[in-house]
Amino acid sequence: MYVSTSIKARSEIFNNRNPTLIELKNISLYYSNENNGLPILDNINLQLEANDFVCLLGPSGCGKSSLLNILAGFQKPTTGEVMINDKPHTGPSPNVGVVFQHHNLFPWMTIEKNIEFGLKMKSISKSERKRLVSYYLNLVGLESSAKMLPYQLSGGMKQRASIARTLATDPQAILMDEPFSALDALTRENMQIHLLELWKKTRKCIFFITHDVEEALLLGKRILVMHSKPGRIIVDLQNPLSQYNQSVQKIKHLKEFNELRHDLISAIRGYSKANN
Amino acid sequence: MVPKFVCKKQILTRGISMISITLILIIWTVSTNLKWLDPVFLPTPQSVWRAFLELIRDGYKGTSLSTHILNSLYRLFLALILAFFTAVPLGMFCGISRYILAIFDPIIEFYRPLPPLAYYALLVLWLGIDDKSKVALLFLSAFAPLFISTVSSVQRVPQDRINGALSLGASKPKVLLYIILPSCLPDIITGLRTAIGVTYATLVAAEMVAATSGIGWMVLDASKYLRSDIVFVGIILMGGIAILIDSIIRLYQHVRFSWIGRQD
Repeated sequence: MYVSTSIKARSEIFNNRNPTLIELKNISLYYSNENNGLPILDNINLQLEANDFVCLLGPSGCGKSSLLNILAGFQKPTTGEVMINDKPHTGPSPNVGVVFQHHNLFPWMTIEKNIEFGLKMKSISKSERKRLVSYYLNLVGLESSAKMLPYQLSGGMKQRASIARTLATDPQAILMDEPFSALDALTRENMQIHLLELWKKTRKCIFFITHDVEEALLLGKRILVMHSKPGRIIVDLQNPLSQYNQSVQKIKHLKEFNELRHDLISAIRGYSKANN
Repeated sequence: MVPKFVCKKQILTRGISMISITLILIIWTVSTNLKWLDPVFLPTPQSVWRAFLELIRDGYKGTSLSTHILNSLYRLFLALILAFFTAVPLGMFCGISRYILAIFDPIIEFYRPLPPLAYYALLVLWLGIDDKSKVALLFLSAFAPLFISTVSSVQRVPQDRINGALSLGASKPKVLLYIILPSCLPDIITGLRTAIGVTYATLVAAEMVAATSGIGWMVLDASKYLRSDIVFVGIILMGGIAILIDSIIRLYQHVRFSWIGRQD
């Protein structure tokens, strides 16, 4: 297996850990008769800390989304279990919010009603719901679009509404499945900056799936790289760039950014070489 | 500007339709007034109009025209309402569970292609000659299209949408009520339009077989006396009512479901 030595060296620098929020224990996933009998996910052990921003990088088809579905409780693993605060997590719950690749807003509800949905499900009082909805609309900068239907909004605005809807239920962790991959380059960059700000304000644990190395480097405090056949995590790196309190533009021009980018791409390529 | 262009096109197509209708009316007026055709086969527009006025004034066979129409519409809507509130819930349960679907699917697939008049005699035998058997017949013809459109619509609700609602804390019954039902409503309303079409055709047929009132009965009865003018009034009224009902539903769809087909 190819893993860059420089990545390994860097990983050892950071060892200050927060309390564990989510723990994956021996997670495996098999589909019978598919993938030549190889597991989709092979014995994955992972601990996610509260307040962490974890980016999972990997080529398409490596099992990233399967892992997210298991974390969200949409899919049951063949073996192993997911623990949240040391309690087994077996089905979808508002404790674990999900932001999908496609905005996934309810198309017949206004933006306001979409954000209110989770609060209604929690049986929060009407006046409190109103307060929370306007707070989260404000947080993502969509006050003026409150009464609009999703189709009337741009792609970036829809995804912001979707994030607000997830934040509104006050989950302990938020899972994001390539949420910006369908956006144009400029909107994507704005959304990345916006998400970092939101994370700094809320300090939720974010588990962010992407296939974009630069995105992972700009956002993640911790970066995981996955390989497929069988799906497993081969790199677990604390991102040194997240220590710098600098703008996204500046970080992109750092020498370290380019070195890390190169290393991570090599790590992902190692997968392709081994398989082709 | 794109919208203006679309608007112009719409006006143009409307205009063409108007011209086509006007042309038919002119051919009808000219051919009948010049006595090219026997008035028993094709009455003149004037005599149809006179028959219409006469029907409004005197009614038909002792019953006013509005009563005939209302009798027909009462049967139609009673059957549609009953069908809507049974086919939609059942269709939703069948859409989410293939085991429930396995119970009802064969029954509905068996009776659906049968011509309604084939089992109408049985319904009359069981329920009597009055409105009950007619409403039952109309109910059956409205039920199938509503049921089928509901089932297929529920099956097509995106899994991500359901998952999203679940992870926002919705319980399964709430997902069914707040997410699946509104997702399917546009398809259900389209199913309702189909159901109205089928039921309307069945209604006229049913009134022709056994009835003493209703617009279908009026047409059949008038034809026995070779009153082509009354037959024409009946047919034009039936067509007009059908178009009116359909446009009301289409307007409702347009207002309520503006989001359809615009989700990226």
